[in-house]
Amino acid sequence: MSGYNFAYLDEQTKRMIRRAILKAVAIPGYQVPFGSREMPLSYGWGTGGVQVTASVIGPEDVLKVIDQGADDTTNAVSIRQFFARTTGVKTTTRTDRATLIQTRHRIPETPLREGQIMVFQVPIPEPLRWLEPRESETRKIHALEEYGAMHVRLYEDITLHGRVATAYDYPVRVNGRYVMRPSPIPKFDNPKLDRNPALLLFGAGREKRIYAVPSWTSVKSLDFKDHPFTIEKWEQSCALCGAGDSFLDEVIVDDKGGRMFVCSDTDYCARRREPTR
Amino acid sequence: MTPMPMTQVPLLAVRGLTKRYGERVGCLDVGFDLWSGEVLGLVGESGSGKTSVLQCLAGRLEATAGCADFFQRDGTIVDILRLPEAPRRRLARTDWAMVQQNPRDGLRMGVTAGANVGERLMAVGERHYGRIRREALDWLGQVEIPQDRIDDLPGTFSGGMLQRLQIARCLVTRPRLVFMDEPTGALDVSVQARLLDLLRGLVADLGLSAIVVTHDLAVARLLAHRLLVMKDGEVIESGLTDQVLDDPQHPYTQLLVSSVLQP
Repeated sequence: MSGYNFAYLDEQTKRMIRRAILKAVAIPGYQVPFGSREMPLSYGWGTGGVQVTASVIGPEDVLKVIDQGADDTTNAVSIRQFFARTTGVKTTTRTDRATLIQTRHRIPETPLREGQIMVFQVPIPEPLRWLEPRESETRKIHALEEYGAMHVRLYEDITLHGRVATAYDYPVRVNGRYVMRPSPIPKFDNPKLDRNPALLLFGAGREKRIYAVPSWTSVKSLDFKDHPFTIEKWEQSCALCGAGDSFLDEVIVDDKGGRMFVCSDTDYCARRREPTR
Repeated sequence: MTPMPMTQVPLLAVRGLTKRYGERVGCLDVGFDLWSGEVLGLVGESGSGKTSVLQCLAGRLEATAGCADFFQRDGTIVDILRLPEAPRRRLARTDWAMVQQNPRDGLRMGVTAGANVGERLMAVGERHYGRIRREALDWLGQVEIPQDRIDDLPGTFSGGMLQRLQIARCLVTRPRLVFMDEPTGALDVSVQARLLDLLRGLVADLGLSAIVVTHDLAVARLLAHRLLVMKDGEVIESGLTDQVLDDPQHPYTQLLVSSVLQP
């Protein structure tokens, strides 16, 4: 597309963001401040993720964009088209064929492999924000590893609901050091963060933070010894592909209360329904 | 930082503690020894510098000059006024505790009573829900809060209960030094009496050392073993509580003692 630089951002900005990414990779889970730019989409629609993607994408990349696991929702389609137009790279909906995947709220069911990069859109990067509104203080807590109060929230959940009710954006400890918000992925996806072969990058545009989980880094969900971390389970299997191991969405199909459960990962579901050769 | 036999060293030795706010003086050349198991009262009118002393020692204000040697659990001595932030904050959540005048400043009002008591346990690494809960229940009992209130928000508690909850939250990790800033200041008289009883019992049972700031001489008489009387930032008289209150020497102390209203 003429009139725009490759991947929309100017080269100086990309360099600045790459420096932030390098620092984030060097200190897993640490939130690196960066000079977030105005992007041609509004805050909350993935401005952080788009800037990270724009900074790491190259002409040889194959891009996949998902929103809540789906390739065909407005946000995913718009961002995919945006990069197709501004870079000319190939796009795909297949997890195994993509080299770069931007995501909102899910990690694909198909296991990632080494060499792939996953970019997460992050609304609120600070895991301590709910208990401490001051940024100066939360930074100090991170620096001094005073993470005890993080468990107060889990304690409250167990006390009030009998179990940890936090179902998404479930806090994790990265590499035994920094406590990190994994972005609003369901806790179902948390185990996929642990020792993942792909490079995981997180971008928060409004909050101007980038952080990362390098390949093969240990990521542990916070829990109590007598209330260990668990993931969601369903009694149903996917109504379309029959998968019993995927994250399911409940879909209302009529106005008489009819409903069905289907895979949230549309690519995974479609692959399973393809006739096997 | 040399280990010394426990009996010969005070828990906290303060010398020349001075805090200036620009031209104004918060406290000037304050010095005292606090021994293990001892409760020291800081009395004086508002603006006499009591709270400046307390805040400097608790690490909430930076002292202008002076030193305060603290005898740690491991037998070493550190100057807490010059301690880097990381070890000072570690001390603040293990060996020290701060009871605020307004319990709302010392509590997390958005989480249940049990979580408030359990927070310090979690902060020192406890990761077993059942044990945290048992300990919280035990402490609610010790501060005379009905145990069935453990899952209630502090906002539903009365003023006296809030203050007792704050005390349970502070003492759950068995600190060795407790700072109290007007612990009964916001309470009415009968509730005050009950809280003082409780504090006296806890201090005696646990062998706590405490520095209690108060303008209420009756509170000082009940809680403190020794008193420092402050005026305009300086210590003008010190001694055993009974001695200071029954036979005040300094004209200001005499004025202070004679100003107490008799019902």
